[in-house]
Parts: sequence; C-alpha cells; structure tokens
Amino acid sequence: MIEDVSLYEILTVTSILFFIGVYGFITRKNLISILISVELLLNASVVNFVAINKYLYPDVLQGVVFSIFIIAVAAAETALAVAIIINLYRQISSVEVKDVETMKY
Amino acid sequence: MERIIFYILAFVIIAFAVASVNSRRMLRSVVYLAFVLISIAGFFFLIDYNLLAAIQLTVYAGGIIVLIIFSVLLVHHIEMRLEMASIAKRITTAVLCLVGMGVFIYTIHSFEFEMVENTKSTTTQDIGDRLLSYGDGGFILPFEVISILLLAAMIGAIVIAKGTKLMDKNS
Repeated sequence: MIEDVSLYEILTVTSILFFIGVYGFITRKNLISILISVELLLNASVVNFVAINKYLYPDVLQGVVFSIFIIAVAAAETALAVAIIINLYRQISSVEVKDVETMKY
Repeated sequence: MERIIFYILAFVIIAFAVASVNSRRMLRSVVYLAFVLISIAGFFFLIDYNLLAAIQLTVYAGGIIVLIIFSVLLVHHIEMRLEMASIAKRITTAVLCLVGMGVFIYTIHSFEFEMVENTKSTTTQDIGDRLLSYGDGGFILPFEVISILLLAAMIGAIVIAKGTKLMDKNS
C-alpha cells in the first residue's frame, strides 16, 4: 500500500475519473471521442479493482487478475471499434453519431 | 514523499481527463488521453504492482493509443474542429455527473473499510501461478476464454475492416 495515502483518497480520484468519462460519453457527438470516454471509464474501474485488492485483501490476487482481464477485453473492444469506425467511414464518409442511423448493409 | 507523488498523479489524471473530454481537436484529445493512461501506469508503480504498470504502458499507452491515433488520422482532417453538444445539454450533463459523483463520494466516505497492514509486495510469479493454476482460486478457465475472445476479436476486426470486397468474392 502507498504510505500515508488512504483508500478513500484513491476511490475519490477514481470516482471523479469515472464521472468525467460519463460526461464525455454523453456530450460527445463523435464515435472516436465516445471510444476515448469508454477508455476513461474502463481505466477508472481497473484502478478501483487494484486499489481495493491491495488495501483490503493483499493475500488474494483476484483484483489484479480481473484488471488484466479488463485490459485484455478493452484492447479487443478498441480493435473492433476502430475496425467498425473505419468501415463506417468508407460507406457513409462520416463518423458522427447522428449520421449513423442504420446497421444494415 | 509518496503522498506528494500521489497527489501530483491524481491532479495530472483529473486535469488531463477533463481536457480530453473537452478538447475540440481530435488529435489533442487522444494525446491527453495518453497522458491520463501513463499517469495511471505511474499510479500502479506507486502501489507496487509492477507487472500491471508494464501491461498498462504497453497495451494501453502503446497499443490502444496508437490504434486510436491511426483511426483519427485516417478519418479526420487534422485542423477540423469537432462539433460540440449545445451549452444547455452540456450544463445539464455536468450537473447530473456532479450529483452522481457526490453520491459516490459520500457513499465511499461513509463506509468503514477494514484496511489490512501489509508490506509484502506481489511478484510477477505469484500472478502467473494464479493465472495458470487449476486448483482453488485458479484462473485457468477465464484465461483460456480470454485467449479465445482475443482471437475471435482479431478475426472479426480483420473481416470488418476489410469491408465489402471480401464478401463479394464469397457470394
């Protein structure tokens, strides 16, 4: 654990980060910006897992293992999202949310 | 000393996260996100999980940022300004997020966590043993499932990004 830093401060920072992500997710109108906000959300949850693991249950490693899984899933999700965005740009020449009305092609 | 470093990292994380969701230029927003991810890796170093910090630096700050920058450069004009939501919508969202954040922080601070003193640091070997053990508390099955998922996502990404040409050839 970090000397002189309590769990409360870490959880406060991660909740602020989480809600910044939520704010970006709602207000942005561009698919890539929304992807960036999702990355912020995922990172906040990863830090939460790690901090709680370290402060409350240092003997088990569940939090670390789950964070590794979250990072792997986030990488897969980003690769797929970028593929979809590029394909979408080819077909409708735009990545704005309002232009994406149909998934059928 | 650790406390000061923690506060610097927290400030950098929050400031660049706000800049990242508010910047009107796409590429700058991605670079701010990279700063956030690198500071989180620094946080992992501080909390003494070196393997996680390395994973964060390579997968997130390396791989994902490069992917997003590629897609930005392929899709956008560099000078293009992004269209933002209307002021009223942004203020409403900000107020709602502040309320939610208040609820979160109040709940966290009113809960008594039973913290354990420990000085032992986790080695990479412990994590590897745990990931590959099939005894109690082992993670071999999720590990295999994740590898299948990564393979499927890779194939899916190639097929989607290749677009219509692939499909035409088949039909």
